[in-house]
Amino acid sequence: MADVLKRVPVREQDAKERATNFEEVCYGYNKEEAMEEATRCLNCKNAKCIEGCPVAINIPGFISQVKEGNIEEAYKVIGESSALPAICGRVCPQESQCECKCIRGIKGDPVSIGKLERFVADYALEHDIKPVKAEKTNGHKVAVIGSGPSGLTCAGDLAKLGYEVTVFEALHELGGVLVYGIPEFRLPKHKVVKKEIEKVKELGVKFETNVVIGKSTTIDQLMEEEEFEAVFIGSGAGLPMFMGIPGETANGVFSANEYLTRSNLMKAFDDSYDTPIVAGKKVAVVGGGNVAMDAARTALRLGAEVHIVYRRSEAELPARVEEVHHAKEEGVIFDLLTNPKEILVDDNGWVKGMKVIKMELGEPDASGRRRPVEIEGSEYEIELDTVIMSLGTSPNPLIASTTKGLETNRRKCIVAEEENGQTSKAAVFAGGDAVTGAATVILAMGAGKAGAKGIHELLSK
Amino acid sequence: MYKILKAEKLADKIYLMDVEAPRVAKHCEPGQFVIVKMDEKGERIPLTICDYDREAGTITIVFQEVGASTMKMAKMQAGDSFRDFIGPLGCPSEFVEEDIESLKNKKMLFVAGGVGAAPVYPQVKWLKEHGIDVDVIVGSKTKDMLILEKEMEAVAGNYYPCTDDGTYGHAGMVTTKIEKLVEEGNKYDVCVAIGPMIMMKFTCLLTKKLEIPTIVSMNPIMVDGTGMCGACRVIVGGEVKFACVDGPEFDGHLVDFDNAMKRQQMYRTEEGRAILKVQEGDTHHGGCGNCGGDN
Repeated sequence: MADVLKRVPVREQDAKERATNFEEVCYGYNKEEAMEEATRCLNCKNAKCIEGCPVAINIPGFISQVKEGNIEEAYKVIGESSALPAICGRVCPQESQCECKCIRGIKGDPVSIGKLERFVADYALEHDIKPVKAEKTNGHKVAVIGSGPSGLTCAGDLAKLGYEVTVFEALHELGGVLVYGIPEFRLPKHKVVKKEIEKVKELGVKFETNVVIGKSTTIDQLMEEEEFEAVFIGSGAGLPMFMGIPGETANGVFSANEYLTRSNLMKAFDDSYDTPIVAGKKVAVVGGGNVAMDAARTALRLGAEVHIVYRRSEAELPARVEEVHHAKEEGVIFDLLTNPKEILVDDNGWVKGMKVIKMELGEPDASGRRRPVEIEGSEYEIELDTVIMSLGTSPNPLIASTTKGLETNRRKCIVAEEENGQTSKAAVFAGGDAVTGAATVILAMGAGKAGAKGIHELLSK
Repeated sequence: MYKILKAEKLADKIYLMDVEAPRVAKHCEPGQFVIVKMDEKGERIPLTICDYDREAGTITIVFQEVGASTMKMAKMQAGDSFRDFIGPLGCPSEFVEEDIESLKNKKMLFVAGGVGAAPVYPQVKWLKEHGIDVDVIVGSKTKDMLILEKEMEAVAGNYYPCTDDGTYGHAGMVTTKIEKLVEEGNKYDVCVAIGPMIMMKFTCLLTKKLEIPTIVSMNPIMVDGTGMCGACRVIVGGEVKFACVDGPEFDGHLVDFDNAMKRQQMYRTEEGRAILKVQEGDTHHGGCGNCGGDN
């Protein structure tokens, strides 16, 4: 009998091996492993894990089906709350959501909820288990802007209720951040994202790519000319931020968004695609979030020596523990308590290095984290050919600037009610990064769900 | 899929195509651009809108062969389709929003260099349709490279072709023609200069001296073109701006052209390699001595 305090380990691609390819890192559970892990669930009456889930999946409910080997039933239970389980099982920060509330976690490892969700979802994709579709449409037309996590969730939920939903995507591929942002080795595009979106299509949702709302058409025109009765804005995060230090416009300085878009959306890592990428020999990624980890691990796979340059210490890294752990295993070097002062540029306008300064942690700041303070006289130079800035984004202006009566806040994010996504404009709802600024996939999905609820309340009146 | 209805070679390495794209045709304005993607594995290529027909739902694009992707694109024929055609992107030219009556009191000069004639054309045409005649200088290396001459002549108030080698029209660079027009007593309230970066730089140096406010259209490296990746950043008045959402048109006297030109070179080595791949096909094994033979 296995130790009930320990979770069933999940198989992963060897760190040395995977540092040179773009194949998925984690292999996930097989049925036997999943069923064994499922036996660890205590099936709590007052399940804390559900409270931790932004879309409130009936976690003990689906796990008890896994325990019995009824994977199709388990999928149906998840499907009541989530349209994208294969994605969430991979990219949700379970350790700070469902799993951190797990009673098993008090004495030992919490139940591996994320890995179980992933197993159930992958099983459904492999066995082509169809989601449950609405019996007939209710005749109400709803437009969803953006096919990322919030848009897909909102569209899926509304379609299940019988709405005629059209999703407008600005890029040439569906999925938003799931295809341009998160790398292949964390979230396979063909095997997982595309198939999961197929399931949303099976619910009756229509998709139109290459439509940039605010440019190709506007929200007002969608409502007036194309007769959409309500609109959900899930347009995602926007333009990358830079530090404003000297040398930042040199060749070889990229935003993480650009670097990842080239590699993920345009598949520049694959030679048979036409889009180029500057792989870099020695790369610094500035920042400590999940996006920084993704950029670092991408550069590593393209053959570079990669340094994460972060101004606070390891404890403050905003990235998921698992991502930091994987990055370290693969050979990413962490230069912590270090902050860039200047990017050094050669005569041809290319990056040749970076001047950095050592930092120490002082008193806590407004965010509650100890404020990093420069250590005087500790500047030094590192030799580099590529710098990737991963400092977050500011909202895309296209929709807010072309929609009459849509209120934005001080940070230029769209203002929307948390509980139903209602914006300042009638029949227009919003959620995800466009509202909150850069956050996580699952929070965006939660907002998509809230938006669907708000739209249903409005149109079923 | 977006079908090509007409494909035509305008001059050496310069092509024109009419493409079916109803949403773009319905909403585009002068000053904006599109992004095209030929096929599954292609690049997203930003291109000028040269003309549009709202009723027919078509967009006219003009492009020059400059790299592997545009070389491939030049081979496309009427009946072929683009996998993706995205737009209109960027902000319309400022005058589109201006009061027509006050526009009528302004004397405008358009300066186009090479393929820059293509984005200048819809602007001049729009103004003509609103009852405003403007002066247009179009420069090219040689007579054979001059494009859209008939079309431009039809919509321009005064049309001044120039060739660097003197084979046609005014002999010399566009800047010498600007100087000449000003010497002859023409007074301009605003200049719009669109063409190669180097031509826009020197036009701006001149118009700054002549105190003519000048608008340029930047064409930096771009990936998504919708305000997400930040590749297209240009320095304008010391500030970082994004050509795809803040531009592509900027105050030419504030643009840092030297930085913009350096940034345009970023993928030159990769691009050269890609061109060789297309030209030499399977026979390309690094004999060029530059690329290490990546086939």
